[in-house]
Amino acid sequence: MAENRPHRFDRLPATPAEREVPGRATREGVVDFWAERYGVDPAVWDDYTFWEKGADKVWAFAGDVPTPIEVEALGMTFLRTGGEHWKPTTDAVQRFGRHATADDTVVDLSRERARHFLAGEDQELDWDGDWGYLVVRHEFGRRAEPIGVGLFVHGELRSQVPKGRRRKL
Amino acid sequence: MTDRIDDPRDVLGRYEPLVDDVEAFREACARPLPAVVRVNEIKATPDEVAAGFDDEGIPYERVDWHGGLFRLPEGNPGGSWAYVHGWVYGQEEVSAVPARVLGPRPGERVFDPCAAPGSKTTQLAALMDDSGLLIANDSNLGRLSALRSNAERCGVSNVVVTKSDARNFSLKPYEGTPFDRVLVDVPCSCEGTIRKNPDALAEWTLEHVEGVAGVQKGILERAVEMTRPGGTVVYSTCTFAPEENEAVLDHVLRTGDCELVPFDLPLESRPGVAEWEGETYDPTVARARRIYPHHNDTGGFFCAKLEVTA
Repeated sequence: MAENRPHRFDRLPATPAEREVPGRATREGVVDFWAERYGVDPAVWDDYTFWEKGADKVWAFAGDVPTPIEVEALGMTFLRTGGEHWKPTTDAVQRFGRHATADDTVVDLSRERARHFLAGEDQELDWDGDWGYLVVRHEFGRRAEPIGVGLFVHGELRSQVPKGRRRKL
Repeated sequence: MTDRIDDPRDVLGRYEPLVDDVEAFREACARPLPAVVRVNEIKATPDEVAAGFDDEGIPYERVDWHGGLFRLPEGNPGGSWAYVHGWVYGQEEVSAVPARVLGPRPGERVFDPCAAPGSKTTQLAALMDDSGLLIANDSNLGRLSALRSNAERCGVSNVVVTKSDARNFSLKPYEGTPFDRVLVDVPCSCEGTIRKNPDALAEWTLEHVEGVAGVQKGILERAVEMTRPGGTVVYSTCTFAPEENEAVLDHVLRTGDCELVPFDLPLESRPGVAEWEGETYDPTVARARRIYPHHNDTGGFFCAKLEVTA
């Protein structure tokens, strides 16, 4: 049976029936996740292929190459499928969060709150929507623009902006 | 010697025979360049960036020859929402030229052999509407990490990042399918960046120029080999040295299946030079364009467009 190897990217199988590595995500599962949780139209992914490098790290690539392939990067880091709840990356939310149409997993912050979020700070938030990983946006350049991923639990929005991307603006 | 430039051997003096107005050339080289950003059209339109800068109180001027370039009189806004969202990329005006000359289209197969840190790679991806296949290669691991983080911030998803010596790049993992277009923006002696880095000439030696010219020839030859007949290769540098420009083109015209083709530039430029220090080059090198700092108040640049014939 095939195993996951580092530096090697394997295209995700289309459906669970085609899965060779136990527990690996599938294309179908990835597309369903974005549709069900964030309301992203599956057609957004028509030209995309999804890849795994190492365990539980899914990458999205806007094209196709032969699988497996050993390269430094293939498209962008996209989704962590390791924990109980799948977690989109900051890159994925910044790039594709604008396609999210759900109102219970997408939260809009004021500029002041957005600054705290970008700085990596947790904040209390009066929020009636879902718990878990949210797409966090603010109004910028006449648009509701995604900043990153927030984890909402127990009345608190916890910034998931990675250390290297945090800024104090 | 020109004030402010750290140039013990007066390297710029070497190019005076090529320049129409020596005094203007010298003066321009000694003037700092304004900060410029390019709009990353994968994530935002120029009008949205303008609205974002207005939002943040960042003054800007639009560049007339390129709708996606903004001059920023108060410097580069690394600490701004526009940057955080990946809406803009700090890139000098002339550096935005070669990707436009290459003109990649959505869905094509494009190669960027000397890609890091990624200003031109992210521009190519945007010109391709972030679709098709863009292979961005570099030989240096540290520079590759800068390339990756810039591509990620810009939301580029059609890129494959590879690490290899561009002279020996292999198409094998891609089933041998040749490229439609290649952007050969090679490492060079960087004299044209003097306005950005006043010490750019401090380490200049003729030995380095000759050494790097050998590498440039190898990279360009391999690029031509990997491009389909009818495909396009653009060769660019930020040096004035004919050894690294026209001499490299002359070499590949003799060894590869390609020809130089004329192209339009929205900036004032001069033709490539067919003679230099006793050497003569293929006369079609005049189809290449030299951009001098005093003509458009930019950095210095060299750009040539090749069509692959077989």
